[in-house]
Amino acid sequence: MAKIILCRCEDVTLHDVEHAVAKGYDHLEEVKRYTGFGTGPCQGKECLAPVALALARLTKAAPSTIAPFTARPPIEPTPFRLLASDPAAYRFDDEEPLEPDPSGGP
Amino acid sequence: MSLAPLPAQADLVIIGAGVMGLSIAYQLAKRGAQDVVVIDRGYLAEGASGRNGGGIRQQWATEMNIRLMQRSVELCRGFATELGVNVWFRQGGYLFVTRTARDQARLERSVELQHRCGVTGTQLITPQAAAEIVPELAYKSLVGASYNPDDGIVFPWPFLWGYARRAAELGVQLHTHTPVVDLERAERGFVVVTPRGRVAARRVVCAAGSWTPSIAAMVGVDVPTFPIRHEICSSEPLKPFLKPMLAELNSGLYCSQSMRGEIVGGVTIPGHGSSHSMASSREFLATYARRLTRLMPILGDIKILRAWAGPYDGSPDGNPILDHPPELPDFFLACGFVGHGFMMAPVVGELYGEYLTGGAKHELFEQASIMRFRGGPSAYAKEDFNLG
Repeated sequence: MAKIILCRCEDVTLHDVEHAVAKGYDHLEEVKRYTGFGTGPCQGKECLAPVALALARLTKAAPSTIAPFTARPPIEPTPFRLLASDPAAYRFDDEEPLEPDPSGGP
Repeated sequence: MSLAPLPAQADLVIIGAGVMGLSIAYQLAKRGAQDVVVIDRGYLAEGASGRNGGGIRQQWATEMNIRLMQRSVELCRGFATELGVNVWFRQGGYLFVTRTARDQARLERSVELQHRCGVTGTQLITPQAAAEIVPELAYKSLVGASYNPDDGIVFPWPFLWGYARRAAELGVQLHTHTPVVDLERAERGFVVVTPRGRVAARRVVCAAGSWTPSIAAMVGVDVPTFPIRHEICSSEPLKPFLKPMLAELNSGLYCSQSMRGEIVGGVTIPGHGSSHSMASSREFLATYARRLTRLMPILGDIKILRAWAGPYDGSPDGNPILDHPPELPDFFLACGFVGHGFMMAPVVGELYGEYLTGGAKHELFEQASIMRFRGGPSAYAKEDFNLG
């Protein structure tokens, strides 16, 4: 049988969503946790609507009653190095002076 | 979600279907308790049980917590077999590192105590030895480390699903999406009031985590615990390379690599007031990234995918509150675990299961009584190893 992919980052299929609902995980946040959809690099930007629609159909709920899952920052995947340079960081008492440590693998 | 009608009465109602409430429910049902109902306001894993880092460790600084966690690790080892669900339990160890003489002294005190309690697997090691376990560590700026290879991590969500499913098979009724809006005293026990109906309960266990004070207040009990927002984040998935959970004592930085390959971790930012906010902050991302890349510079180019928050269940002395208040013999508390309720839940559920089915009452219940906050003596030593 052909697979219908709903979440391309995490390879979540329509069948996976049906399986979650059959197990009783029929809240959008629960489907996210059970199948892992929306947890890859796109963070739901591509898959949220198709999964919500599938869920509406499977649970016979009006699509307008299904709220999107909580959006998580950052908006785009962001390197730790960039965030580490943000002056908003809290300074602990062991940071003076903060010398770079040259050890630490390749 | 269960849309079955609520029962009119029950022997025991557990408020809160987090890991603590479900563990207690399962352990009760396993011992033959009939008529147990679990009620939760949201979906499974909505609260702190679905928002934590999944660490399971025996490296603690009080005798009580060390002994409890020895048993919890044992229970985790058998969890998949007993509960029939893969929780991705991985005993990669916990590697604590220190950066100051003060933290090194804390570490050495705790390791000595762990040895006295029979956790002989914990070893004090040099920064260089730590770098043999995690070659990516910037170890030259560290003072020391401790390592226990039997500590580990789990994937929190299936832990809840496993407890919930097996408890239900044993006859426990689970009702999610059912907030408790009032708790009335009755001649015999309580009436649990929800928008979906009223349940007369002979006994109530409040396992509502950081939401406990508002539930306890409904029956006139003043619980001094308080929510603390704790943030956490996950990176893009990487090839498996990080064996242990890493924890830095001073900053409370911790991180581990999940079975999906993501680096998952958090950091303690002091000075924030009590709050039930689950918002993410720029301060957290910046602080975590700064501390993480200082400890493992190689992660600098790795991208963070998402951050979220959950409530730690803060307690004035860093220790939990259990047992019933003396004036209410049928109202039991299980709160104040300060971020380690998840790893404590297997053993606390077992002890409560024994106690509430007429078995032995572990000394923990005496030590963790709410009476220590009402001028009573406190036998529970202050925990110094609450991280994050």
